[in-house]
Amino acid sequence: MINWAALGQVVAVGLVVGAGLPAVFAFGVRSLAAPRDNFGKLPVRNLALAGASFAVVVATIGLALFAMVSGGH
Amino acid sequence: MTESVVLLGIVVATALAFDFTNGFHDTGNAMATSIATRALSPKKAVLLSAALNLAGAFLSLAVAATIAKGIVDSSVVTLNVVLAGLVGGIVWNLLTWLLGLPSSSSHALVGGVVGAVLISAGAQGVLWSGLVAKVLLPALIAPVLAIGVAAVGTSLVMRLTRNVSQDVNDKAFRWGQIGSASLVSLAHGTNDAQKSMGIILLALIAAGAVPSDSSVPFWVILSCALAMAIGTYTGGWRVIRTLGKGLVELEPRQGMAAETSSAAVILLSSHFGYSLSTTHVATGSILGSGVGVRGAAVRWGVAGRMFLAWMLTVPAAAGVGALFYGIDILAGPYVVFALLLVVAGAIFYRSRTRPVNHRNVNDDWAPETSDEIVAESVMDHEPALLATAPAGAREESL
Repeated sequence: MINWAALGQVVAVGLVVGAGLPAVFAFGVRSLAAPRDNFGKLPVRNLALAGASFAVVVATIGLALFAMVSGGH
Repeated sequence: MTESVVLLGIVVATALAFDFTNGFHDTGNAMATSIATRALSPKKAVLLSAALNLAGAFLSLAVAATIAKGIVDSSVVTLNVVLAGLVGGIVWNLLTWLLGLPSSSSHALVGGVVGAVLISAGAQGVLWSGLVAKVLLPALIAPVLAIGVAAVGTSLVMRLTRNVSQDVNDKAFRWGQIGSASLVSLAHGTNDAQKSMGIILLALIAAGAVPSDSSVPFWVILSCALAMAIGTYTGGWRVIRTLGKGLVELEPRQGMAAETSSAAVILLSSHFGYSLSTTHVATGSILGSGVGVRGAAVRWGVAGRMFLAWMLTVPAAAGVGALFYGIDILAGPYVVFALLLVVAGAIFYRSRTRPVNHRNVNDDWAPETSDEIVAESVMDHEPALLATAPAGAREESL
């Protein structure tokens, strides 16, 4: 009755992407909102973390678009 | 010959009407949260969603000329069955819209077709195990899965951004929300417009208007894409209101987590071959974004009414489909189409008594019953008498 294999994949990957991506985005926002240094600049470490987070988000969206256009959907 | 041309014309028109109600009913799946958190103004939200649905319809052209495949015996599907099925789907879509309940358009269509097949071919025309496996079980699984994913996502987001000021959070997550809602809209366009294209292609093949190996004619792609986009732009405000304000009081962080969960589950479910209804997933995600926040109020009563509507979708649309199949056989497709217009007109007229539109879509959610009670008790009194009563007496009575 239920295609357990397919459903299991949806649950597992769904959790990683569906819950993980908002978390990565949130991590990026948090990194950017960190306190500034004496020169009013964000620590390089935070900039890098935020950059990496948003890059992951953008790459995932790109992947989703590709999947939609290529009709694997 | 002319009779079959007329039937074909009516089927195509009805399929486009169904496509319109599909867009109209599903705007909220993508845009309700963005409207509720004011990431986008209501007008901009429906415009963006309509544009992306239009684009989506052209993006993916893997159109299958089937209807209710694996759910009814495909050898008993005639154009009359398709017509009655479409009418069943439209009527159910309009009724649930009137009640402000999100409900799956594809389940409504399947229900309508099942009802028509029951009359035309009897119970053996329906593949009951397919109906359970492809329609009933996914309707139970989708919301549970989406609630889980969105709840985990929301809870992570809330924890990670707990020390960030509300202002910064709101600004950032509104952008994230617009992005994720756009993905949901695009996915809807690539998926749902194709269903109507498939139905029209099936009708054209059945009537001998195109060869059976024909690809979708351009006018079909264009008209389906436009019907859905116009439907989306019209905005099923009643459904948007329920999704955005009725279930959970949303803030941008929740909205973003909910829409990302929706987009991920919808795309992954079709990728892995376990199709889930966009509506069920989107509703579940919004509920999950309430579950994921400690102390957030989730209106389970409203959610319960929706689940009830989902369980009723197939039998109710089947009833309408069966009825209209009977009318079609006894009186002809003209009468079916005319009756559909009458029913749609009546539902639209009924909706005017308590309109929901882009102006009041975000008003605070108040249970309808208490509104009525207040109105009744006000009517029991004589306003003129109250106004002229001595000030002291009025204060005492308050």
